[in-house]
Amino acid sequence: MLSQLGHLPMDFLLVSAMIVLASAGFIAGRLKAESFAFSPDVRVHSRPNSHGFFVLMWALGPALLVALGYAILSGPLSRAWLQGELPSGFSSLRPGEMSNYLDAVARAGRLEGFASGERVFDTVTARYVQIRGEMNLAALALAVLLPAACLAWAHRRIGPDFRARVHVESGIEWFLFLCAAVAIATTVGIVASLVFESLRFFAAVPVQEFLLGREWNAQTSAEFGALPLFFGTFMIAFFAMLVAAPVGLYAAIYLSEYAGRQVRAVVKPVMEVLAGIPTVVYGFFALLVVAPLIRAAAVQVNGTLIQLGWASEPVFAAQPTSALAAGVVMGIMVIPFVSSLSDDVIRAVPQALRDGAYAVGATKSEAVRQVVLPAALPGIIAALLLAVSRAIGETMIVVMAAGHRAQISLDPTQDLTTITVQIVALLTGESGFDSPKTLSAFALGLALFAFTLVFNLVALGVVQRFRQKYE
Amino acid sequence: MSEAAPSPFANDRALKRLRRRRAADRRFRWYGRAAIGFALAALAVLMASIFAQALSAATYHVVRFRIDPAGIDSAAGTPQILQDVHEQIRASLDREFPEAADDPVLHRQLSGLVTRLAALSAAERIGQGGPGTTAPFDVQLPLSDDVDLYLKGVAARQVTVSLPAMQASANTETGQVTLAGPAALARIRAAAAPTNLHVGEASFLATAGRTTIRLETLSELSATGIVLSGAVGDFNGKPVRMRIVSLPEADRSVSDRQIAWALALQAEGRLRRVPHWALLARTDSTQPELAGTLAAIVGSLLTLLVTAALAIPVGILASIYLEEFAPKNRLTSLIEVNINNLAAVPSIVFGLLGAAVFLGVFGLPRSAPIVGGLVLALLILPVVIIAARAAMKAVPDSIRAGALAIGASRMQTVFHHVLPLAAPGMITGAILGMARALGETAPLLLIGMVAFVADVPRGPEDEASVLPVLIYSWATQAERAWEPMTGAAILILLVFLIAMNSVVVYLRARMDRKS
Repeated sequence: MLSQLGHLPMDFLLVSAMIVLASAGFIAGRLKAESFAFSPDVRVHSRPNSHGFFVLMWALGPALLVALGYAILSGPLSRAWLQGELPSGFSSLRPGEMSNYLDAVARAGRLEGFASGERVFDTVTARYVQIRGEMNLAALALAVLLPAACLAWAHRRIGPDFRARVHVESGIEWFLFLCAAVAIATTVGIVASLVFESLRFFAAVPVQEFLLGREWNAQTSAEFGALPLFFGTFMIAFFAMLVAAPVGLYAAIYLSEYAGRQVRAVVKPVMEVLAGIPTVVYGFFALLVVAPLIRAAAVQVNGTLIQLGWASEPVFAAQPTSALAAGVVMGIMVIPFVSSLSDDVIRAVPQALRDGAYAVGATKSEAVRQVVLPAALPGIIAALLLAVSRAIGETMIVVMAAGHRAQISLDPTQDLTTITVQIVALLTGESGFDSPKTLSAFALGLALFAFTLVFNLVALGVVQRFRQKYE
Repeated sequence: MSEAAPSPFANDRALKRLRRRRAADRRFRWYGRAAIGFALAALAVLMASIFAQALSAATYHVVRFRIDPAGIDSAAGTPQILQDVHEQIRASLDREFPEAADDPVLHRQLSGLVTRLAALSAAERIGQGGPGTTAPFDVQLPLSDDVDLYLKGVAARQVTVSLPAMQASANTETGQVTLAGPAALARIRAAAAPTNLHVGEASFLATAGRTTIRLETLSELSATGIVLSGAVGDFNGKPVRMRIVSLPEADRSVSDRQIAWALALQAEGRLRRVPHWALLARTDSTQPELAGTLAAIVGSLLTLLVTAALAIPVGILASIYLEEFAPKNRLTSLIEVNINNLAAVPSIVFGLLGAAVFLGVFGLPRSAPIVGGLVLALLILPVVIIAARAAMKAVPDSIRAGALAIGASRMQTVFHHVLPLAAPGMITGAILGMARALGETAPLLLIGMVAFVADVPRGPEDEASVLPVLIYSWATQAERAWEPMTGAAILILLVFLIAMNSVVVYLRARMDRKS
C-alpha cells in the first residue's frame, strides 16, 4: 500500500489540488458576495469578483506553500530518514560513497517494479519507496486540509462591509515583493554556497597557501597555490582589453560624433551581434582559426630571429593553444560592451560643451579629445571596468583555447590557465563535494566573485555619479 | 570694410599649423573607421569560417546495401540482430572486393568503410518486425567519416586530372600493370611538376570505370603500377581520371585501398552524396558520421521551457513591484544595486550555485533540464527585470494619472493600463533573456549536462544535453570529422538565435511606429 503511494504522480496531484481549491474558493467567495451585493439597500465596498479573489488567495497561498515545501524538502528529508534507518554496517561508507549510494537508491525508487537482483539494495530501495509513500500521503493531506481550512476561514470573513479589494491588492503586492526578493535570495544563495564550501576547503588548505602559493595541482589533490591561475586570468583579460579598449572606444567615438544617421543605424546593431553570439562559438573560432594562426606566426618569428642571429633558441613557446589566442578572441567578444556603453556616455555629454569648443576654434577631433572625452571619462572608465569584469568571468573561450597548464609566464604564446578553466576542469563529471579537489572549485569561485564584484560595484558607482552630473 | 584686419592665420607658420591640425583631424576620423572595420571584419571572418566548416557537413556519403532478414532471428534482441546485419554487410563488401579476403589488414580496412553501429537503425527495424522487414530490403548506410572527408576533398589535398585512354597490360608473373600513352603520361607529369610531387611519396591513383591502379614508376614512355581494386580490362579504351594525393599514405587516416573501393562503389552508383538531414534526426554518437543534434535540440527546448516558466513571470512581477510599488527605502535600493550587480556576475558562478544548492542541498537529478532551467532562470532574471523596468518607465505618467483620477486603485492602474502599454518592451526583454539562456554553456557544464546522452529526453527530469554543450563536446573531440559537424551544430544554434532576435526586431519596429 505504502509502496504504491511511493510512486504517486505528485506533481500532477498537487497541481490539480491547487486548481480545484482555487476555483472552489473563487466560486464560493463570489457566490456569497452575489447574495448580498445586489440588494438595493446595502452599500457594498468591493465587487463580487474581489470577494472571489480574496477567498481564492487564501486557498491558493497555503496550497502553493505546501507544494513548494514538498518540492524542496521531500527529497532531502526522505534521504535523511532512510540514512538514519540503515543498519550499522553502512556507517563504514565515506560520505561521498553514501551520497552516491543514496542517489542510486533514489533513482531506482523512481522506477516502478524495479529489481536489481541484489538483495540488500532492493530491500533498501523498497524501504525508500515506503518512506516516499508516507511523505506523499502526508503532503497530500496537508495540501488539501490546510488550504481548505484557510478557505473556510476566508469565506466566513466576507460580508457587505468587508474591504475585499484592499486585502486582495495588498496580497498581490506581497506576492510582487516576494518576486523581487528572488533576486536577493539568488545573491544570498550564491554568497552562502560559495562561502560555506570555501570554508570547508580552507579547513583543509590554509588561506595564505591558496592565495600566495605558486604551484597548482588540484587534480591530484596535492597543491593548491592559485597564484598562477590569478595571473593567467588577468593576463588573458589584459590581452582582451588590448584589443577591446582601443577598438571599442574609437568605434564609439566614430559612431557618436562622426557617423551619419544611416551609417549608425546599420553599424550599431551589427556590432551588437558580436555580443549576442554564444561564447562557445567564440571558443570554437579561437580553437580552430586564431590559435593555429598565432602558433604559425610565433613559429615564423622564432625562425626569423634565429636566422638573423638575434636568438640562439626559440623565443616564443608557440603552443597549440595560447593565452594570446584566447585573449584576442575574448577582446573581439567584449568590443560591443565597451563601444555601446561608451557610445551612451559620449552622447550624454551636453552639446553646449562641444559648441563651446568649436567657438574657440577647435577642430572636431580636438573638441572630442580635449572636451568631450574628459567630460565622458567616468562613464568610459566604467565601461572598461565592466568589460574587464566580463573578461575575467568568461569561461568557454578560455576553456577551449587557453590551456590547462598552471604557470606564470609573460610569453603570450604560452598556454596559461585561468580561474574559470580550473573550475570547469574540477567540477565536470564530479558528483560529491567532499574532497579538497572539488571544494577548491568553490574557493576559486569565491575569488572570481570577489574580483568581479569589485569591478562591477566601482563601475556602477562611477556610472551613477556620471548620470547625476548630466541628467 | 574691404580692408579686413590681417588674419592671424595669414602667415606660413600658422597655415602649416592649421594643415597639421586638419591632418590630425582626418587621421582621428580614420582611426574610428578602422576600429569599426576591425570589429565588422572580425564578425565576418568568424561567420565565414563557421560557414565554411558547416558547408562540408551539409552533405554526406551513403552506401547502399541489401539486407536479407530471412536468415536473421528477429526475436534475438537488438545486439544480436545488429551483429547479424553487420555480418551481411561485411559479406557483401567481401563479395564486391575479393582482393581483401586473405589479408587481415586489408580486410579490416574494408570493413572500416562502414562502421558497425551504422546498421543499428536497420537492426531495430528488423527487431520491431514491421511490414517490409521479411523480404530483402535496401538500406543506405553512412560511409566512415575518414573516407567521407576524403571524397569531399577536405581530408587530403589532391590534384585531379582527366586523361585520354591509355593502354594497360598486366604482367601475370609480377602482378604489375604497365600503362602506356605518351600524351596521358605527359599530362600526369605536367600536373605533378608545379607542386613537386613524386611517385613513391605522394599516391598517384589512376581510375577508369571501377578499377583503380596506383603508379609505382613513372617515366616518359610508360608507367607501371599495381591494381588496388578491379580488373585491368576496365582501362581499355576508357578515359582515365588521375588523382594525385599529396599526403603520403602513412600520414593519413584513409588508405589508398579505401579510396579505390570508395571510387569503385561510386562508379557502380552504390555510393552517393546526399543531404545530411540525419544531422537533425539523429542523436549524439561516438561516430561522427552517425551523430546528430536531435537530443540536444529537444534538451535545449525543455531547458528553455523551464527557464521561461520561471524567469519571465517572476522577472516581470518583480519589475512591477520595483517600478510601481516599492517605497524608496534602504531595502529597495539594496535590491536595485543587487539586481544590477547580479547582471554582471560571471555565468559560471551561477553554475556553482546550481551545483551546491540544487544538486547538493535539494538533491535534484544531475544533467536534468529542470536543474539547467532553474540555473538559467536565475541567470537571466536580472536581464528580464532590467528590460521590463525600462519598458514600464517608458509609459507616460499621464496614463497613470488618468487612471487614478477616475478612481482606479493603484493595482488596477498598473494591471489595466500600464502593463498593456509596456508589454511589447517586456516581451522584447524576455526574448533577449531567453536568447542568452539558449547560448549559455558554462553553468550547465557544472551541473553535469556535459554527460554523453544518446536518447532523446522525454521530460524535464531525464538526462539531457543542450545545443551549446553539444557544440563544446564536439569541438573538443580529436577526430578531424568533428570540425564540420561542430560548424553545422553552431549553424543550427545560430538559426534559433536569429529567429528569436528577428521577433525582437519586429516588435521594436512596431513600437517605433507607434510612438
